[in-house]
Amino acid sequence: MNSKRFSPTSSTIKSRFTRRFLRALLKINRQRTRTPSSPMEICQRYLKVKLAADVSMASAVGSRRAWSRAMLAKIRHGVRTGSMCSLTMMRKRKIYHRKKSTKEVGIVGNAKVLRKLVPGGEAMDTCSLLDETFHYIKCLSTQVKVMTRIADQICST
Amino acid sequence: MSSPRSRNFTNEEIKDLFLKLQSLLPQPNQRRNQTLSASMVLNETCTYIKRLQKEADELSERLSQLLDSVDTTGVDVELIRTLLQQ
Repeated sequence: MNSKRFSPTSSTIKSRFTRRFLRALLKINRQRTRTPSSPMEICQRYLKVKLAADVSMASAVGSRRAWSRAMLAKIRHGVRTGSMCSLTMMRKRKIYHRKKSTKEVGIVGNAKVLRKLVPGGEAMDTCSLLDETFHYIKCLSTQVKVMTRIADQICST
Repeated sequence: MSSPRSRNFTNEEIKDLFLKLQSLLPQPNQRRNQTLSASMVLNETCTYIKRLQKEADELSERLSQLLDSVDTTGVDVELIRTLLQQ
């Protein structure tokens, strides 16, 4: 499915995301100090990479989708309040993984869970939520594919 | 395709949305021809999204560690090469 298109005019979400994300990675890479990184630095870098991935994806989609608008707004807010690169982010992440979600049954219950997962989902009516979810999943899986490819490429050096 | 939030979806459109979502889900072979119930589609969609988000998370971690282990110029070359292949 990987069609190599060299024409500069064709710009898919995948290629836009890849370009932005790679540029961000180059920038993050340049910020490295010579000495081996401390655990704190590695943690900071992980957060920067994760943020770069989300920003690249949301801005590649632009304002066309409610979920990308919501994600960009949330990131901007997070950057303003300085909550992005703190250790509380790390702790929140660990709690998220450890939490056992109660089994939601039924359409209403599942829709509630879905609303929390999709950016901006809480503000949508159920039908728009389904539409946005479809697009969000496609972008998420593109993000995962591209990041995997980049990681494999770096590994193969 | 910007639709105002108060747009009323027809029953047909709602059915199509669920079918679309179902087509995205990673599904075992025997289920591909069946139509899942709406509740199941939502359930599996949530599971799938959580899985994708976790994968992206782990990839971010893996990338940040890779950036640390490989020397700076080596990474630059690889990244630029991938960039040029776009």
